[in-house]
Amino acid sequence: MQARKKYVLLGLCTCCWLLLYYWGGLQERLLGLLTHRRGEVVRPWPNWLDRDLLPGYADQAELQNAGGPGDSPRQRRQSWAGIYKDSRCRMDTCFDFARCQGQSSFRVYIYPPEKGERVSESYRKILTSVVESRYFTSDPREACLFVLGIDTLDRDQLSTQFVPNMDERIRGYPLWNDGRNHVIFNLYSGTWPNYTEDLGFNVGQAILAKASLNTEHFRPGFDISIPLFSKEHPQKGGERGWLVRNTVPPRRKYLLMFKGKRYLTGIGSDTRNALHHIHNGKDIVSLTTCRHGKDWEKHKDARCDHDNQEYERFDYQELLHNSTFCLVPRGRRLGSFRFLESLQAACIPVLLSNGWELPFSDVIQWNQAVIEGDERLLLQVPSTVRAVGTDRVLALRQRTQMLWEAYFSSVDKIVLTTLEIIKDRVNSHISRNKFMWNALPGGLLVLPEYSTHLAHYPFYYLNLGKPVQKPTRRHLNQFGVHAVIVCVLVWVSCQIIILWNSEKPPPHRSKWPPMPVPLIITDGRRKTSSRFLPNAAIETEAVLSLDEDTVLLTSEINFAFHVWQSFPERIVGYPPRSHFWDPVKKAWGYTSKWTNEYSIVLTGAAFYHRYYHHLFSHYLPSSLRALVDRTSNCEDILMNFLVSSVTHLPPIKVAQRKQYKEMPILQGTKMAPWANPEHFTQRQECVNTFASWFGYMPLVHSQFRLDPVLFKDHVSVLRKRYKDLERV
Amino acid sequence: MCASVKYGSRGPALIPRMKTKYRIYYITLFSVVLLGLIATGIYYITLFSVVLLGLIATGMFQFWPHSIESSAEWSLDRRSVHDAPLVRIPMSSPIPERGDLSCRMHTCFDVYRCGYNPKNKIKVYIYPLQRFVDEVGVPISSTGLSREYNDLLSAISDSDFYTDDVSRACLFIPSIDVLNQNSLRIRETAQALAMLPRWDKGMNHLLFNMLPGGPPDYNTALDVPRDRALLAGGGFSTWTYRQGYDVSIPVYSPLSVEVDLPERQPGPRRYFILSSQTAIHREYRVELERLKEENGEALLLLDKCSNLSQGLASVRKRCYKGQVYDYPQILQESSFCVVLRGARLGQATLSDVLQAGCVPVIMADSYILPFSEVLDWKRASVVIPEEKLPEMYTILKSIPHRQVEEMQRQARWFWEAYFSSMKAIGMTTLQIINDRIYPYAALTYEEWNNPPVVKWTSVNSPLFLPLIPPRSPGFTAVVLTYDRIESLFRVITEISKVPSLAKLLVVWNNQNKSPPEESLWPKVAVPLKVLRTKENKLSNRFFPFDEIETEAVLAIDDDIIMLTSDELQFGYEVWREFPDRLVGYPGRLHLWDHEMGKWKYESEWTNEVSMVLTGAAFYHKYFNYLYTYKMPGDIKNWVDAHMNCEDIAMNFLVANITGKAPIKVTPRKKFKCPECTAIDGLSLDQTHMVERSECINKFASVFATMPLKVVEHRADPVLYKDDFPEKLKSFPNIGSL
Repeated sequence: MQARKKYVLLGLCTCCWLLLYYWGGLQERLLGLLTHRRGEVVRPWPNWLDRDLLPGYADQAELQNAGGPGDSPRQRRQSWAGIYKDSRCRMDTCFDFARCQGQSSFRVYIYPPEKGERVSESYRKILTSVVESRYFTSDPREACLFVLGIDTLDRDQLSTQFVPNMDERIRGYPLWNDGRNHVIFNLYSGTWPNYTEDLGFNVGQAILAKASLNTEHFRPGFDISIPLFSKEHPQKGGERGWLVRNTVPPRRKYLLMFKGKRYLTGIGSDTRNALHHIHNGKDIVSLTTCRHGKDWEKHKDARCDHDNQEYERFDYQELLHNSTFCLVPRGRRLGSFRFLESLQAACIPVLLSNGWELPFSDVIQWNQAVIEGDERLLLQVPSTVRAVGTDRVLALRQRTQMLWEAYFSSVDKIVLTTLEIIKDRVNSHISRNKFMWNALPGGLLVLPEYSTHLAHYPFYYLNLGKPVQKPTRRHLNQFGVHAVIVCVLVWVSCQIIILWNSEKPPPHRSKWPPMPVPLIITDGRRKTSSRFLPNAAIETEAVLSLDEDTVLLTSEINFAFHVWQSFPERIVGYPPRSHFWDPVKKAWGYTSKWTNEYSIVLTGAAFYHRYYHHLFSHYLPSSLRALVDRTSNCEDILMNFLVSSVTHLPPIKVAQRKQYKEMPILQGTKMAPWANPEHFTQRQECVNTFASWFGYMPLVHSQFRLDPVLFKDHVSVLRKRYKDLERV
Repeated sequence: MCASVKYGSRGPALIPRMKTKYRIYYITLFSVVLLGLIATGIYYITLFSVVLLGLIATGMFQFWPHSIESSAEWSLDRRSVHDAPLVRIPMSSPIPERGDLSCRMHTCFDVYRCGYNPKNKIKVYIYPLQRFVDEVGVPISSTGLSREYNDLLSAISDSDFYTDDVSRACLFIPSIDVLNQNSLRIRETAQALAMLPRWDKGMNHLLFNMLPGGPPDYNTALDVPRDRALLAGGGFSTWTYRQGYDVSIPVYSPLSVEVDLPERQPGPRRYFILSSQTAIHREYRVELERLKEENGEALLLLDKCSNLSQGLASVRKRCYKGQVYDYPQILQESSFCVVLRGARLGQATLSDVLQAGCVPVIMADSYILPFSEVLDWKRASVVIPEEKLPEMYTILKSIPHRQVEEMQRQARWFWEAYFSSMKAIGMTTLQIINDRIYPYAALTYEEWNNPPVVKWTSVNSPLFLPLIPPRSPGFTAVVLTYDRIESLFRVITEISKVPSLAKLLVVWNNQNKSPPEESLWPKVAVPLKVLRTKENKLSNRFFPFDEIETEAVLAIDDDIIMLTSDELQFGYEVWREFPDRLVGYPGRLHLWDHEMGKWKYESEWTNEVSMVLTGAAFYHKYFNYLYTYKMPGDIKNWVDAHMNCEDIAMNFLVANITGKAPIKVTPRKKFKCPECTAIDGLSLDQTHMVERSECINKFASVFATMPLKVVEHRADPVLYKDDFPEKLKSFPNIGSL
C-alpha cells in the first residue's frame, strides 16, 4: 500500500513534470513562432562564438610605424613633378608656389593685348574684372598668376570667335612655361557632334576655369568649374535675385517646369528627348521643341508637331516666375544658361546632367540649393520634388538667392570667386573654411587675412551657438575732447584711440583730460580714409567712431552700444542722411534734410564692427579711398555703402538728445567743413561714383529709429534708464 | 553561459514576457508541492524533495531563454568563425580588372538597384562568411576575418541600412576582409571577390581597406584588382581617389579601446607642438629638431624608446632624451600634434591625436583627408604642405587662441562621431554613399560638422535671407473674438483705415453663438471673412488659414481699440524690415527671480523688453505653421487647456528658432489691461500674473533653455517727438492716448 502510494505519487509527479515540460515547451515554441512572424529580424551577421579571439587587422606596432618613414621627401617631390603632369596635374605638382611668397603677393598679370586681336564681349568683361580687382599687377615679375590676353572662351571650331593657331602663339610667350601658374578661362569646348572637353590646344599645366566641366576630366583641387554665362551678363553689381518675399505655403503655381530645345540626334539628345514623359500639363510643364538648327525637319519624328504646338502655349519667363522647381537638363554640353537663370529666379534647379562638376564645387555646398537628379532616373523626378517639404523648399529657395548674389550675379563675382579659390589654395592656412563660403554674406566678403576664426566676424554670431562676446562696459563721463583740432576719436569700450590727423603734434600726455581707460594716440597721416584703416590697437569687436566736435552723453553712447549688440553686422549711429533717385538729372541725390526715412548714418558718431575697418581698406579699391583722401570728404558715405552692400540692410539710427552739430561753434575754431556748400555737392558726386563702382545702389531706406523702451513715456523719470536722453 | 550571452543579444523586448512565464511555472510548481504535502505527509518529504530538485533543475533548463530560438537557428548562431564553409578557388578562376580610375557614380554604379524609396535609405546586403582557400588549401588571407572587420559588419547588420534580401539590396559588402593589404594574397583575394554570386563586375560592391599598398612603393589604394567596386580606403592620395565615388576613411586605431582619454576642456596646454610619431623620415626629423632648437620648450619631439624591449609595452611609450612618456596620454598635453606622412599617407596616429583633443597638424601632400567629402577639416586641423615644415611654428602661432580652442573641441568631436569605433567609421561611410544616391535628402554641412553643443545652442533661422518685402501685398488682420461684438466692430472699423490692410479675418471662437448677420457688420473696403471654429481654443488664432494670402499677419484681439491707423501702418513698415521677428505693441519682460529660483513674468513699466503680446502684433505667416505643427512638447495642449499664454508660447517659438528678440513699436499706451481679458471677475490681476509666470517656467523647461532675448530698445518713426512740423511726418498720430 505504502509502495503503491509511493509509485502513484511518483507517477503523478512525473506526469505533472512531463505535462509542464510539454505545455511549457509548446507555449515557448508557439511564442517563438509568433515573434518570428512579427518580423523579428534574424540576426544576419552571426555573433561568432570566438569573436573575442579574432585577430586585430594590424598589430599596433605596424600601425604606428605606418610602413616606415618611406622615401626621401625631397626625392619624392622631384619625381612627382615628372609623373603628375597634364591630365594628372595638382597644385602640388603643377603650380609654382614660389611665385606667390609672402602675404600680399597674390598678384595676377594679364598678357598685353596684341595688335588686331579681337576679344569677345564676355572675355573683355573677364579681363576688366581682373584689371579692376585688387590682385591685378602690370608687372609680370611680381605675378603669381597669369591670364592670357587671347580669347579662349569659345573653343568650338565652328564658332566665329574661334582663335586658330593657339599652340603656336602660346609657345611664343616667354612666360608660358608650359602653362604653369596660368589660368585659362573657357566656356565652350569641343564641337559637333561629340562636344568633347578638348580645347583645341595643349593646356599643359595651366589651371582650367571652365564651364561644363566633366568630373572625369576635372583635376580635383586644380581646375575650377565656372558657370556658363551669356554675353549680356553684367560686368558689375548685377541684378538682384527675384525672390522678394517668402510666401507661405511656398509652392508656386507650377511644381516643375522645363521649356527648351530637344535634340533629335547627337549627344545630349537622350535626356532631352525623354523630357516630355513627365509633362502633365497641370503642375508639371515640360515642353520641348524640335525647332533648332537648320535641318531639324530632316530628323523630325512623330512627336515634333504636337510638341512644337504645345511649346508655344507657355511663356518661358512666366514659367520661371511661377514654378517652384526648374529642370536644368544637360544640353549638348553639361552646363546650360538655364542654370543661372533659374538660380536667379529663385526657381530651385533640378539638375539632370550626369557627370557635371558643378560651378565652384570646391567651395559651394550645392545640395543645399539645388536638387541633384539623375538622368537615368528622370521618371522619379516628379515624385522626388513632390516629396520635398515646406521647410526645405523655403530653405532651398533662399539659398539659391544667397548663392546668386554672392557668386554669380556679375562677371566680376564669377572672376573674383575663381581668383579667391586659387588664392585660398595658395595660402591654405589663411583661407576660408566651407562655412564661410556658404553662409551669408558669402566668401568674397570674408577676408581670411583678417581672421580665420568665425567668431571674429560680425556675421555668424547666431550660427556659432554663443552670443557675441560682450566687451566690458564702462561708464565714461562726457568726453572733453572738443579742444582737439581735426582729430578722430575712436572709443572702444575700455580703450580710446585718438587718430591725430593734424599738422601740429598732439599735446603732451599730461595735458589730456584724466581718463580711466587706456588712451592711445596714433598718427593719421592727414588722410581722411585713415579713420577706417585697420588699427592693431583696436582689440574689441565694437568700434565707436567719433568726430572731434561730437558731443555725446554717456547714456546716449551706452544705449547705442546696447542696440549695436543686437545688430553687430550693421552701423548703429545718430545723425541720419538719405539718398534718392533724381529722375530729372538721372542721377542719385544726397540729402541732409530731415526726412521720414534715411539710408545713411554719419560715422561722425556711430558704432560698427571692427571687421569693417578691414573691409574698408582691403576690399574697396584704392581709387575710392584716394577719392576720399583727395576731397577729405565722403568717407562716411563710403562706409555706409560698404556695410549696406554686405548686409543688404539699412543702418540703424538710435535716439539722440538733440540734433547733431547744432551746438554753437566755439570761438576761434575753424568753420566746420560741412558748412561749406561745395562740401555738399561733393557728397552728391561721391554717391554717384560709389554707386557706379558697386554697379548698383546698395543703400537701403529705413523708416524707424530705435529709442529706449520708455523714451518720452508718461512715467516717472526715475524709472527710466536713459533719462538723460530726454533732457533738453 | 553561452546561452545567456545569446539572451542578452536578443534585446530587451522579450524580458517582460519571460517574467510572466516564470510566474506561471512557479505557481503550478508550488501547487503541486502543496498537493503532494497534503497527500503524503511529512514521511515522503525526503523522497519528494529529490524529485522536486530534479524538477526544478530540468524546469530551469527548459525555461532558460534558449528555448525561444528554434533549434536550427540556435546552432547557426552559435558558430565559430572556423565553421564557415570552405570555398576552394580554382587556379584558373577569373581575376577582376584593376580599378577603373574614371569610375563615377553615374558610370560605374547601378542606381536602379537602389530605387526610389520614401525613406531615402539605401539597402545593404552582407555576404555570408566563407573561408576561401586556393587549390592546395592555403587561405587567401593570413588573418582571415579580423576583429575590426567583424565589428564593422555586425554594426552594419544591426543598422537600418541592412537587408537580408539580396534582391532588394543596393549595396553589397563582401565578407572578405581586406582591411590590411599586407595579410592578403592579392591574386587569390581578387579571384575570391570575382566568385561572389552577385559580383557582376564589382557593380555596387563596397570594399573597406585601411592599410593599402605594400613595400617598397606603398600604393595609396588597395592593390587587389576589384573591377568597378567602390573602395572605402584609408590613405588615398589625390591621384588614386575617385572623387565622388570612393570614400576616404580613417585608419582605425585599436588603441582607443585600450586607453580611455576623457575629454578635456579646450584651452592652452603644456606644450605647443608635439611630435609623437616613431617613423618620421630623417630629413623631417632634422627639420623638427631645428624648430625645437629655435623655439625650445614649446615643442616636444618624441621618439621610440631604445631601451625598451619590443612588444606591446613599446607601443605605449615614447621617449625624449631618456625621459619616458606614456602614449597616447601625452597627446593631451599639447595644443598641436604633428601628423607627418610615412610611407603610407593614412596614419593611425591621426585618430589618437583627435581622441586627445589635440589639433592635428597634417603634413602629407596629396593626402585625401578622411571623410573630406563631408567634413570641414579646416575647422579641426591645420594642413601644411610638407615643404613648409620649417614655417610650421610661425603658421601655428598666427592662429588666434579662441580658434585653437574651437579646433580642439572640433577635433575631439570628429573623433567621437566619426573615428571612435569601426561602427562609427562604417556608418559614416554608408551615410556618405547614401547622401550621394539621395542627394536631395543629404545631411547638411551643419549636421555633419557642428558638435552637439553647437547644434543645441545655435540657430538656423528658416527665414535667413535678408529681405525687405515690398509694401504692396499688405497684411492680413486676424481678429480673435468670442462675443464682444460691439468692441469687435470698433476694432474692425479702426483697422480698416490702415492703408496696407489687405484682408480681414475674424476668427469666431464661440460655438454657442452664431456671428451676427452680414448686414450688421461694418462696411469695410477690404475683403472680410468670418471663420467659425469647432472648438473654443486659443490656438485657433495661430492656425495657418488658407485665407491668409499675405506674408504678414496682424494678430489682434477684439478689444484693442486704442491703436491708431498710423501706429498700425508704422508697425507694418517696421515688420517689413524685420520679417523674421514678432513686431508688436505692448511689450513684456521675463526676469529671473533669485529668491524663488525661477522665472517671473513682468508687465510693469520696465526699461527692457523680451516679449510682445500677440493681442496686437505683426508676424510672418510661417510662424503660424510652426505654432500649429512644430510646437515642441505639449505646449499647444497646455495653452488650450489653460486658456492662457498663447502669446508667450509664440514669443518662445520665434525667439528659439531665430535667436532674435521681438521688436516693440511705438510708446506705451493705456491698454485696457490686455492681460485680463476675463476681467468679469474670473481672474484677479494677481493670479493672472502668477499663471503667466508659471507659463514661462513651463515653456523654458520644455524648450530646455530660455530662448527669449532681452533688449532695451523699441522702434519709433524717425521723426518721433522731433521738433518738426507734424503734418510733414509720415506717422504723426503716434503715442496719443
